[in-house]
Amino acid sequence: MDQEKVDTDYDVIVLGTGITECILSGLLSVDGKKVLHIDKQDHYGGESASVTLSQLYSKFKQNPPSKEDREGKFGKDRDWNVDLIPKFLMANGELTNILVHTDVTRYVDFKQVSGSYVFKQGKIYKVPANEVEAISSPLMGIFEKRRMKKFLEWISSYKEDDVPSHQGLDLDQNTMDEVYYKFGLGNSTKEFIGHSMALWTNDDYLQQPARPSYERILLYCQSVARYGKSPYLYPLYGLGELPQGFARLSAIYGGTYMLDTPIDEVVYADDGKFEAVKTKLGTFKAPVVIADPTYFPQKCKSTGQRVIRAICILNHPVPGTSSADSLQIIIPQSQVERKNDIYIAIVSDAHNVCSKGHYLAIISTIIETDKPHVELEPAFKILGPIEEKFMGIAELFEPKEDGFKDNVYLSRSYDASSHFETMTDDVKDIYFRVTGHPLVLKQRKDPEQE
Amino acid sequence: MNNPVTSIKLVLLGEVAVGKSSIVLRFVSNDFAENKEPTIGAAFLTQRVNINEHTIKFEIWDTAGQERFASLAPMYYRNAQAALVVYDVTKPQSFIKARHWVKELHEQASKDIIIALVGNKIDMLDEDPTERKVAREEGEKLAQEENLLFFETSAKTGANVNEVFLKIGENVPLKQAADGSNNGSGLNVRRDNGWIWQTRLIQPRKPLTVAAESLVVLITKVHISFPERFRTEYGGVAAWAVNLCKTVSWNQP
Repeated sequence: MDQEKVDTDYDVIVLGTGITECILSGLLSVDGKKVLHIDKQDHYGGESASVTLSQLYSKFKQNPPSKEDREGKFGKDRDWNVDLIPKFLMANGELTNILVHTDVTRYVDFKQVSGSYVFKQGKIYKVPANEVEAISSPLMGIFEKRRMKKFLEWISSYKEDDVPSHQGLDLDQNTMDEVYYKFGLGNSTKEFIGHSMALWTNDDYLQQPARPSYERILLYCQSVARYGKSPYLYPLYGLGELPQGFARLSAIYGGTYMLDTPIDEVVYADDGKFEAVKTKLGTFKAPVVIADPTYFPQKCKSTGQRVIRAICILNHPVPGTSSADSLQIIIPQSQVERKNDIYIAIVSDAHNVCSKGHYLAIISTIIETDKPHVELEPAFKILGPIEEKFMGIAELFEPKEDGFKDNVYLSRSYDASSHFETMTDDVKDIYFRVTGHPLVLKQRKDPEQE
Repeated sequence: MNNPVTSIKLVLLGEVAVGKSSIVLRFVSNDFAENKEPTIGAAFLTQRVNINEHTIKFEIWDTAGQERFASLAPMYYRNAQAALVVYDVTKPQSFIKARHWVKELHEQASKDIIIALVGNKIDMLDEDPTERKVAREEGEKLAQEENLLFFETSAKTGANVNEVFLKIGENVPLKQAADGSNNGSGLNVRRDNGWIWQTRLIQPRKPLTVAAESLVVLITKVHISFPERFRTEYGGVAAWAVNLCKTVSWNQP
């Protein structure tokens, strides 16, 4: 009834409903900003959406099967919520922190991921998640395990203002390789720590200061300690629930949502600053716009990296994983003579993302050759028979400028990492640039306790 | 008394300004605000209701305005066990919209969702009966066709508001909810023509001899018309069953 009576002036306009944009929209609405959030597509999530099988077919295949064939093989379409970008949440990571503080956990349920596995000499092994698993793990010899234990004790006892706990190492001066040397760790242990725990996708970190690696290993250990089986959490009904949850937060605090609303024109003032967007529903003004790269392609540049992702449907658990309902497999680069690791994220009907008896495996890596699909072969071999496969290549974009000049603040593409930590860094960075103050998370009031 | 608690997600749908939030406000705090502003800030209210021996906790989801530009997220309908589709009896347009929402619910929500069709603002008819633009019969007809509960309410006076939620509570399959959020009590409830079958899983104090997994199941059958006190204290017609099979069929006490 009141659809014509829409406000035309806002504090912030957000374009695209990817998770980065939705978190920002939610945080800004909670801060009291008047937010208008628009998406050109008719569903939430943008690049970070979870889609149904029929949407997946029409996105990736030129001749999708008939509805009857598809349902005969894979069951009802509504049972499927397939992530376009594979990621897990670190249990102790920043996204979990934001979810808890904003109370978006009320709208989304999470499950622990059953295990993290690493590929070594043709086989996959579970990354130990506790002491018992560590002792029995065949990943390391007995002497190496002792050295590893010393290293982890150093990590957990390291205190910035307690110099003896540094054991003579300086996180900002020493490289990670020097740290490894100090603890006498061998090559295969270095690979294990750097790729399975610090989750670096290549070996560049070895010659860089140790601090980021230290922080990553600490995050990994704290995340594993939180729930026990693996450091990861995953939302029921797929990652696409996350943007929806934050969009709801934004709406509850007054944010206005318009899906299926393409931007016809972006209007700039004479001084070159953003002024308004024109859409089929009218012209909307705000001093600031936040958007994903697809809304301002001319203001973005390629990072030079391209990611290949293969979404695979299986009708069996992954061999050698004790029928785990969810897991991550890391194939370290050196094991397959590459520069970048290959990741496989596996979830199943236990997470309400596919129909009963099915498993979804998403393989991803940074492209190194001109035959990217061949690069994924080692991963396909691990998975066993594959029912259906959808492959796509994504170029990663980042903004050319910081947004101060024209008040157009752009997010980065979702990278090849297996978790959301770089995404939340981007959120905090944009938040700081837009508001002028760093993000401080406050607990929402609990209406039940009022 | 420690009643088992069943949480029910209930979603609100209906055109702007038909009184969705006012109905909830009346139900949750027995309050009414004249010229209430569009919803901001509180889109997740809860209210507990005791029905028979069961406590039902309604988790009420407001659309938070996201329905305005067809931007309601699939998350909104996800796992909703009940829905209130509200229209304004003085606005025929809002009844057309209600039809649309009923259709949308059938498509998007789970199959066994309980939908209550609610014609609100009947207080306006007291002053001037000609204000009515949607006949009661129209609402009843739609409810019958689509298998909905039907009420006419006034959030302003409170007329019939509690009844809507009580009726939904009586119709919700408690078994299913008990499986999910309240597994600890092991209570299953099935309703059959006014009779309530309860199946309660009891952990034996000592392991039974035949198999460690053995379960003891208490089955009670009581009629809804029995007085509350009688039902809770004597448990109606009780039958003990010791089930030594590993598999216990929960649906067939």
